[in-house]
Amino acid sequence: MNAVPQEKRDDKRGSVSFEEVTKSFGAFTAIPGLSLEIAPGTLVTLLGPSGCGKTTTLRMLAGLEHPTKGRIRIGGKDVTALPANARDVSMVFQSYALFPHMTSLENVAYGLRSSGIKAKEARERAEEGLKLVGLGGMGARLPAELSGGQQQRVAVARALVLEPQVLLLDEPLSNLDARLRRRVRTEIREIQQRLGFTAVYVTHDQDEALAVSDQIIVMKEGRIAQQGTPRELYESPASAFIADFMGEANVVPCAVEEIAGGTAQMRIEGLVRRLPAPAGLKPGAAQLAIRPNAIALSPSAPEHAAFPGRIESAAYLGDHVEYEVATSAGRLFAVDSQTDSPLAPGEAVAVDLRPRGVALIPG
Amino acid sequence: MTLAPASGFAASANPPPPRRLDAALLLGLLAFLILPWHRIEGGFFGFRWLAGFPSDPDTAPGLLQILLHGRIWLLAPLLALAAAAWARFALKDPDARGRAWVRLGALGLALLTIQGFLIGFMGWSWLWLDGLFGELSQGQPAMGAGAVTAGAAFLLIFSFGLADRGVLRGDAFVISSIAFLAALVAIFVFYPVTRMLVGAFQDFDGSFTTAGFTRNMASSSIWSLGCVIGETRCGVAWRTLWLALMTATGATTLGLCFALLATRTRFPFKKGLRLLTILPIITPPFVVGLALVLLFGRSGVITQGLSSLFGVEPGRWLYGLTGVWIAQVLSFTPVAFLILIGVVEGVSPSMEEASQTLRADRWRTFAQVSLPLMKPGLANAFLISFIESMADFGNPLVLGGSHGVLSTEIFFAVVGASTDPSRAAVLAIILLGFTLTAFMAQRLWLGKKNFATVSGKGDPGQHAALPEGVRRLVYAVTIPWLLFTVTVYAMIFAGGFVKTWGLDHSLTFGHYLRAFGVSWGDQGILWTGVAWNSFWTTMKIALIAAPLTAAVGMLTAWLIVRQNFVGRGLFEFALMMSFAIPGTVIGVSYVMAFNMPPLEMTGSALILVMCFVFRNMPVGVRGGVAAMSQIDKSLDEASLTLRADSARTLRRVALPLLRPAITAALVYAFVRAITSISAVIFLVSAQYNMATAYIVGLVENGEYGVAIAYSSALIVVMAAIISGFQLLVGERRLRRENRVAATSADGKGAAA
Repeated sequence: MNAVPQEKRDDKRGSVSFEEVTKSFGAFTAIPGLSLEIAPGTLVTLLGPSGCGKTTTLRMLAGLEHPTKGRIRIGGKDVTALPANARDVSMVFQSYALFPHMTSLENVAYGLRSSGIKAKEARERAEEGLKLVGLGGMGARLPAELSGGQQQRVAVARALVLEPQVLLLDEPLSNLDARLRRRVRTEIREIQQRLGFTAVYVTHDQDEALAVSDQIIVMKEGRIAQQGTPRELYESPASAFIADFMGEANVVPCAVEEIAGGTAQMRIEGLVRRLPAPAGLKPGAAQLAIRPNAIALSPSAPEHAAFPGRIESAAYLGDHVEYEVATSAGRLFAVDSQTDSPLAPGEAVAVDLRPRGVALIPG
Repeated sequence: MTLAPASGFAASANPPPPRRLDAALLLGLLAFLILPWHRIEGGFFGFRWLAGFPSDPDTAPGLLQILLHGRIWLLAPLLALAAAAWARFALKDPDARGRAWVRLGALGLALLTIQGFLIGFMGWSWLWLDGLFGELSQGQPAMGAGAVTAGAAFLLIFSFGLADRGVLRGDAFVISSIAFLAALVAIFVFYPVTRMLVGAFQDFDGSFTTAGFTRNMASSSIWSLGCVIGETRCGVAWRTLWLALMTATGATTLGLCFALLATRTRFPFKKGLRLLTILPIITPPFVVGLALVLLFGRSGVITQGLSSLFGVEPGRWLYGLTGVWIAQVLSFTPVAFLILIGVVEGVSPSMEEASQTLRADRWRTFAQVSLPLMKPGLANAFLISFIESMADFGNPLVLGGSHGVLSTEIFFAVVGASTDPSRAAVLAIILLGFTLTAFMAQRLWLGKKNFATVSGKGDPGQHAALPEGVRRLVYAVTIPWLLFTVTVYAMIFAGGFVKTWGLDHSLTFGHYLRAFGVSWGDQGILWTGVAWNSFWTTMKIALIAAPLTAAVGMLTAWLIVRQNFVGRGLFEFALMMSFAIPGTVIGVSYVMAFNMPPLEMTGSALILVMCFVFRNMPVGVRGGVAAMSQIDKSLDEASLTLRADSARTLRRVALPLLRPAITAALVYAFVRAITSISAVIFLVSAQYNMATAYIVGLVENGEYGVAIAYSSALIVVMAAIISGFQLLVGERRLRRENRVAATSADGKGAAA
């Protein structure tokens, strides 16, 4: 092979693209015409509520489901018709799907042996793989003799030793406890960045998505609701759905008075602010997404820049206090990091907005 | 990062044709150029045909048959093969090539079949063809190695064509497996049965008539409800149905009790239990019947004892449905046990532990969690015992007396004093109706419930102990039944050492010496016993049939559960049908179908092997399906994403997890091949005589002593070989705690 196409190919190695992919199960259309691009070497999360089509998308990428229409490319090559075992991807299953009759070493070596690698080399690489996930020396154990976290790492090692162009992870942390989840997700991210492969990660947990992703694709009913970096999605949600899904948000109606120079003047109750104007915003009725920590509550009487409210409930959570506040704009959920003198339920308060954590949503 | 070695593909629009295409073409060449086309008189594997090969008209391969011996009709399938070879090299687009191969493969198969049916020994098979095409100067013998290989090559061409077109994700292994299984089922199930059913509408001279059919279908001897409304007997259909329901209920209940006893109690003799419950299946059915006669017949030990002690009048109660029922429950409980033990073990302990932590006591855990999880197994056990009872031939023959059931009535309609093939066919249709209804009922009852209990996660924990009441019930049911079984077997083994039952009770080794005598002559050991010939034949055929049966059965189960192909339901149905047809019908239909070209197998060992494979495979399939639906599908998917193709997935993931089901299938296939009598009795020949047929011959000659001595020797040999199988296949390796939570004497749980 001459050098030029090789280079060209390496350019695309690890990239993923869906072109107008449709997937129907009988009369039900799970994915109606999905198009997306994933850049090589990035970790992309497919995020969404259950039934949004994220797992179906991942399974189509793995070759476990085949699209009804459209094309899928991996590394620039059309793989639409290829079966799972002929694709250069590997997958970590939600249930881990470790073969219960094989030791962890045999599990990890399985894919290598299937690829036609000699037993000795497969064994060595499998041992390396286990070391990579911190399970060196555990190779002789059966899955039933490992803890949940260890089983999960074996599953990751099993997928990684194949050095796939794209690693697929289907809710890999959902069977772990919270503390372990944080550690393992950091480890997965760390390995991904060290080895530089592309990873597609399915989850319904937005914290997980925010923590590990280069890009997040939020899906809803088989369509992309919004795609962007964690910061973009969190700070400028394109819809009330995204705002609420990406971390909690109070979505309240507001009025846009005028738009100029990329900013818009909006009014909510008596409060007027200039905020960045998202594309598609028009003067008139709009919505405002307010993060709980963007609400400033003060016990004094309402000033001109705030509107009145009343504390409905308060919960002390160690490093912060959570409030439910009834206002004329609706019920608001607020978080205050000031815990020394918490407000009491029933107390009248002035509600003000901090400059950060507030975003306008068109429509 | 480097590219994983196995993942390189050609990215061009038209990848080179896969190598499997060349393999299929080579197989076709082998069929037409090298292998003798027609059946070799005296057997292919005798290799005596090599003497006249390849020019002799009896042994010539297909191409020479066309060129030298004027059998020009073979040119048609050869041209189909040639066209496929042309398409392989000329058509670059996989889709176009695939389409051509699908058509050519189907065409080749069709041509091969048509020429086989149209041209028999003497030329055209039907006279009107003479008028149409003129008389043929010569005919042809039945198909042989070459023709069969050609058929296989056309099947591969057809399957690879479908794979090229992307059917079933282009998985050539799965498609060819389905194609081959479908072809085998068509040849060994549908074809003979169709031949048999055509018999329902044929007169003795072969002409078409409906008279026999309508007369028999409306017969009151079949459908009478006389026993409900009056004093007369019920029709044979109702009697058989009632018997089968009772047997299935009895066998399933007992099987479940034994399975619970073996896995959920601290019963001290579990190992012995397994052996003891296996005993009845390794026993030719009529032997259980004979033993019951020795116990409860008019001159039986117990009958005579009761008579002399309490003056109870010796009765004939044993000869009838009651006796058959007892013998059948004795015979089929172990089958149910074998199915249920895998299911009971497969119930995830964490489900039971979860239930216990949910404030459920042991009774509630058992009734609401363990038992419902066993439902597919229970349904399978019930279905199989039901059909077994319907198809059973040995016990009704010995114990049925004048109360015949459908299977014996069919037998007598074929070989009895008044032969009536039409009546036999009608009875067979009725029997099939019952068994298919049972099959449907089972499918509807189980529905689409998901019973996956072996998941991809490791699954530690221990099984819950049985509730006290259930435990007592299990003991109360199983222990008397065990004692009864022991007594029956004691009778069988004692029988061989007694001179003449009822007349002379002195002990003797004479029967064993006559059956299994050996002496030393000039040539070494001389097998002088009368049993040796049939004994070695039986062992040979059973050892060939058992692994074949298990392999075909597991492959089928895997295809049915894991692959989604068109006609899967039909496929499963067809398999069950082969099991639902009683042996008597299979025997007769095989004789009718395979006695003349195009397929001639009667008198060979092959027909016995194929008969066993297709009679016994469905049990393996059911067991495999039940076990497979307990294994999480994500394990298969994980294997696929780890670069394994479907063949490797089957071999490395599915089969190891199916070991208990495989053992069951092997054991079942082996013992059935040795113990079955109903189909075998039609298919044995002087050269290939089977033990059971020989024993029945002994019984007919009144040599009860030798017969029962031979039977008990068979039982011992089978027990030994089964233990070997068990060791060979081994236990499923999941390292799940195989303990039962200990219970203290007062029934409260305590830590083990």
